[in-house]
Amino acid sequence: MVKVLIRSLFMIAALMSAPAFAQEKFIVVASTTSTEDSGLFKYLLPLFKAKTGIDVRVVAQGTGQALATARKGDADVVFVHDKVAETKFMEEGFGVDRREVMYNDFIIVGAKTDTAKINGSKDVIESLKKIATSQSPFASRGDKSGTHAAELRYWKQAEIDPQTGKGTWYRETGSGMGPTLNTASAMGAYAFTDRGTWLNFKNRGDLGIVVEGDTKLNNQYGIMLVNPAKHAHVKKEMGLAFIDWVTSAEGQLAIAAYKIEGQQLFFPNRSRLVNAK
Amino acid sequence: MAEISQGFTTAATLIGTANTELLSIVWLSLKVSGIAVMIASLLALPFGAWLALVRFPGRQSLIAILNGMMGLPPVVVGLLVYLALSRAGPLGSLGLLFTPAAMVAAQTLLIFPIITALTRQVIEDAWIEYREQLISLNASRGQSMMALLWDMRFTLLTAVLAGFGRAIAEVGAVMIVGGNIDGITRVMTTAISLETSKGDLALALALGIVLIGIVVIVNAIAQIVKTTAMKHHG
Repeated sequence: MVKVLIRSLFMIAALMSAPAFAQEKFIVVASTTSTEDSGLFKYLLPLFKAKTGIDVRVVAQGTGQALATARKGDADVVFVHDKVAETKFMEEGFGVDRREVMYNDFIIVGAKTDTAKINGSKDVIESLKKIATSQSPFASRGDKSGTHAAELRYWKQAEIDPQTGKGTWYRETGSGMGPTLNTASAMGAYAFTDRGTWLNFKNRGDLGIVVEGDTKLNNQYGIMLVNPAKHAHVKKEMGLAFIDWVTSAEGQLAIAAYKIEGQQLFFPNRSRLVNAK
Repeated sequence: MAEISQGFTTAATLIGTANTELLSIVWLSLKVSGIAVMIASLLALPFGAWLALVRFPGRQSLIAILNGMMGLPPVVVGLLVYLALSRAGPLGSLGLLFTPAAMVAAQTLLIFPIITALTRQVIEDAWIEYREQLISLNASRGQSMMALLWDMRFTLLTAVLAGFGRAIAEVGAVMIVGGNIDGITRVMTTAISLETSKGDLALALALGIVLIGIVVIVNAIAQIVKTTAMKHHG
């Protein structure tokens, strides 16, 4: 009885709002806060829509949450940046046709006071060690996102368990990149971030880039179709059309052309191949 | 502090230039919360009135629970609706997740207890006052409910407005079930949240000022309607 009531309530809501919100063809893409906060989608998606007429609805979440959304079948395509988690997602059979799209790099930002004395360093591992030994405040995502996973991998390589600094210098915000940078800016803390979000971030306050240029800091983005064999409602053709387009010469050039204040945010993978030749 | 004055300037510019993106976000906010208030009121007003007049064992507990549910955390409501509407959930086949309909559903659930609880209190107080009269007229329970709801309509408007205020101001539920999709499910509160994420605090504050302005205007309109109607009906 209650279930019927709830169901009819949803139906009423759907009926009442459906005509007003009627939409043409669309796919849902679960992606990361870094692609949304950096402004890339706002620039890229109208180009794809002009070409194909397909509306791309982006739900921006941390990589962990985006993959969970896709596992439940609530997205057609996932576009994230955590190769380890993506590989696991593929191996479990939730995704098909993974392709590498673009990359940029991670950086460490920090306040001018630079209490760990790492400004200008190119060595991420050494810098993290100095942050830990000087007990300098460090704001971490703590949200199982792609950036958080990457940060934890570097701590591991530095043979430091940041959890020991919890309550003192290591502070998990449990939120997206933007909110974490807001926190770091307010506390004068160091933070580990992707370059794209940083370039589009306006509330920098006293923060600036302190560590960059370590070849270890590569940040790779991958795209996958949610396996239609697991979730029959996945819009396979339109999803693949989007995957094909972002990895096509046209999509890749468009990604390379996205700049903020003259700085390129993402580097398409295909151009790397072209450059290598 | 610079952000605050800049926020007001940006808000003025946004309104002055009738920014189309802002207009569509405002419109969606009003539409989603408006529909949610309509559905919730249609269910909550009769239910609240019924609860005011009937007596059954466990009624006091039910009232206590309803009153408590006025403080339902939006994020929990969002999570429940998300789990229900997810493809892996019981209502997944409807394909409503990440649509405005899902946001309407979440806000309806969120404000139903508020409107019910306030209605119950208003009608119960009125019942004490009109009880003898209604009984002497031999009015059935249904007739009494209708008479009291009609008689208290101006006071009940406040209950409905309280529901509307809660719906349009919440961010936790619509963020989870709507997904803050640009042009589809982005409403005022999720847009404010996004701009805060981008560190554009002035723009976020400007959107906040616009939101507060809209809520004040809606309440002012309701107030005018109420006063005019009261004059006519004594």
